[in-house]
Amino acid sequence: MRKLALIIGLALSVLIARADDAVLRWAADPDSNAPYSFFGPGNKLAGFEDEIITAIAKRMGRTPRFIQNDWDGLIPGLGRDLYDCVICGIEITPEKAGEVLFSNPYYVTFEQLVVRKGTPLITSLDELKGKQIGTLNQTSALNMLEKIPGVEAKTYNEEVNAYQDVAHGRLFGVLLDYPIAKYYAAPNPNLQFTGPPFGEISYGIALGKTNTVLQQEINAALTQVIASGEMRDILSRWGLWTPVVAGALGQPEDASLPDTEYKAFVAAHSVKATLWTRLLRYAGYWPLLLKAALLTLEVSIAGMILAIGVGFTLAIMRVFGSWPLRWLATLYIEIVRGTPLLIQLYIIFYGLPTIGIQLSPIVAGVLGLGLNYAAYEAENYRAGLLAIPRGQMEAARALGLTRRQGLFHVVIPQSFRLVLPPVTNDFISLLKDSSLVSMVTLLDLTGAYNRIATQTFDYFGTGLLIAAIYLLIGLPFVRLARYTEEMLAVDQRKPLQKPGLFNFSKRKK
Amino acid sequence: MSGSLLSVQNLHKHFDESPILKGVSLDVEAGDLVSIIGPSGCGKSTFLRCLNFLEIPDAGRISLAGVTIDCHGLEDAPPKDIQIRAHELRQHVGMVFQQFNLFPHRTVLENTMLAPVVARGVPREEAAANGRRLLEKVGLGASFTGRYPAQMSGGQQQRAAIARALAMNPKVMLYDEPTSALDPELVDEVLKVMKDLDAEGMTQIVVTHEMRFARDASDYIVFMEGGHIVEISDEDDIFTNPKDERTRHFLKRFI
Repeated sequence: MRKLALIIGLALSVLIARADDAVLRWAADPDSNAPYSFFGPGNKLAGFEDEIITAIAKRMGRTPRFIQNDWDGLIPGLGRDLYDCVICGIEITPEKAGEVLFSNPYYVTFEQLVVRKGTPLITSLDELKGKQIGTLNQTSALNMLEKIPGVEAKTYNEEVNAYQDVAHGRLFGVLLDYPIAKYYAAPNPNLQFTGPPFGEISYGIALGKTNTVLQQEINAALTQVIASGEMRDILSRWGLWTPVVAGALGQPEDASLPDTEYKAFVAAHSVKATLWTRLLRYAGYWPLLLKAALLTLEVSIAGMILAIGVGFTLAIMRVFGSWPLRWLATLYIEIVRGTPLLIQLYIIFYGLPTIGIQLSPIVAGVLGLGLNYAAYEAENYRAGLLAIPRGQMEAARALGLTRRQGLFHVVIPQSFRLVLPPVTNDFISLLKDSSLVSMVTLLDLTGAYNRIATQTFDYFGTGLLIAAIYLLIGLPFVRLARYTEEMLAVDQRKPLQKPGLFNFSKRKK
Repeated sequence: MSGSLLSVQNLHKHFDESPILKGVSLDVEAGDLVSIIGPSGCGKSTFLRCLNFLEIPDAGRISLAGVTIDCHGLEDAPPKDIQIRAHELRQHVGMVFQQFNLFPHRTVLENTMLAPVVARGVPREEAAANGRRLLEKVGLGASFTGRYPAQMSGGQQQRAAIARALAMNPKVMLYDEPTSALDPELVDEVLKVMKDLDAEGMTQIVVTHEMRFARDASDYIVFMEGGHIVEISDEDDIFTNPKDERTRHFLKRFI
């Protein structure tokens, strides 16, 4: 079983192996990321950053290839060489400049404060003392808020959630980059802009720390994109051509084209959804949902196979091994059970590369889930093995079987049925915990939830939909396990009583 | 070495601090049926389990069908070579347990086939044919072979357990209180199988509380108490004229 996992792992790592030079691999977190780069109508990638990087790549003579990653994993992903560059509204700051290389700025803007409709005017950030203000992680807005004593900064993963909380009265305001405010707050009648522009922020394309060659190539291409007026066209259509950016890039202040993309975005999101249009919209997501459900299923099954293999080995070590093996197995089980799965996933995916072990996201996800659940499986099997009466092994030995033969032909087959219910339970649990792999850049069902909910602003309906899909995936396995259990319950079966896969009647004792 | 099939010399065994066997010696000739009786805790079951090394003796010497194992200073884990010799010795010994210990996940026929197929590499068809023959012999005809242990009575299960042990062609059969877990009306069917085997010349050692069986079927009776063999006696002598006071005291209840 482990051999199989290894082969799968190798095959996958070949698939995501280094791209050739003619490709420019760029990463962003497209969930709830309009207008930067996001999945627009028809689930197609759109956004001003998508257009900018496409224009840059074109001038470099390369084909852009988009790679999706979670916001918090974008910068670590550069270190893992998952892609060549990140373009995702990343502000050029001295701290970040130590971690990565930056291109010249491609957009310059400011922080916009958004509050609930009817809130008195705020003119300075000092007036926010004692108030809860929302923003995103790793932003200069957060830096600014943290410098003001008495402000309670709350960080969000998705800006829509932050604006929702202001509209619902859970937050006083949100401080975020102007483009975000323009797209997510301005169309909302419950919210209003307040105060002057705060600070000045420049977005740069982030590159690996040592990638100076690519930095020069990108800068050269970027300069051409700006000088040719293409940049002004793109930003004008997206309604983002402001005097600030015009001055910074040395271009005329007025927009060159009408803001068609912005208008389309607002129009698409201000349509009042009826139940029917919602259902139609979900139906439009079916390729995404199918892909996500398959990924969830793949990761869960591969993870469970690994967990069963490793767990079984650990249980045998713990029950029948010599003391060093017992000790090792116990140590493994205690450490793995005693630490959070999410942290283990982070260590495997983002930590291991620092000691030279690069794993593809799916291998990391399967390893994380499998090795974690192995600890629980080991305890299930141990319980199962210990539940078989001593007399069974004695009878096997008395018949001239070796200990190993007795184990594999007498004890283990009997314990298999005993552990089936807890193992099924764990599989269902693993299926749900597989949602954590969305943290290592995999688009599973939970990743799909994030994308759909932040595109449709329908958290309730999307949540129910995704929950239902999880449930539907799990149920057949529950049924199959129950059937297997009945098949194996030969020692309790009366003659002529046969189990059936679709026989839901209660078993007679 | 004597001409006996089984020869035990000065066997010692203790659990934790309490000694169970304090120097037991016994010789059994081929074809004998020996009953071992004695009060609870006298060490008779431990003695029987030492004969096929389900319990490893602390000291003493066991010879069985040409395999000799010398035990001394084995209070800790027994060395590898003892384990190997014990495994060799078990090839000649069949054992029947009080609780049958049939494999519940296998049919009765598969129970008889498992050891020959797994331990000896006998082809499945051959093992199945032999299993059917042995089950027939203990009175379990074709209608029983496909059943699981849980679908049979205690007497049927114990007979199946005897067939399972016979499938390995043992030279000696050991019985550890084979009828103690059975309803009274099921006892005779098991004892009958043992008598039939005796008639065929099988060597059998039986730890039992069935005094009637001991008296009727045994070639001789061993009385144990306190970790010693107190008296070995012809079957009639021990009941009519016990030599030892302790034997007399124990048998008083049965006569």
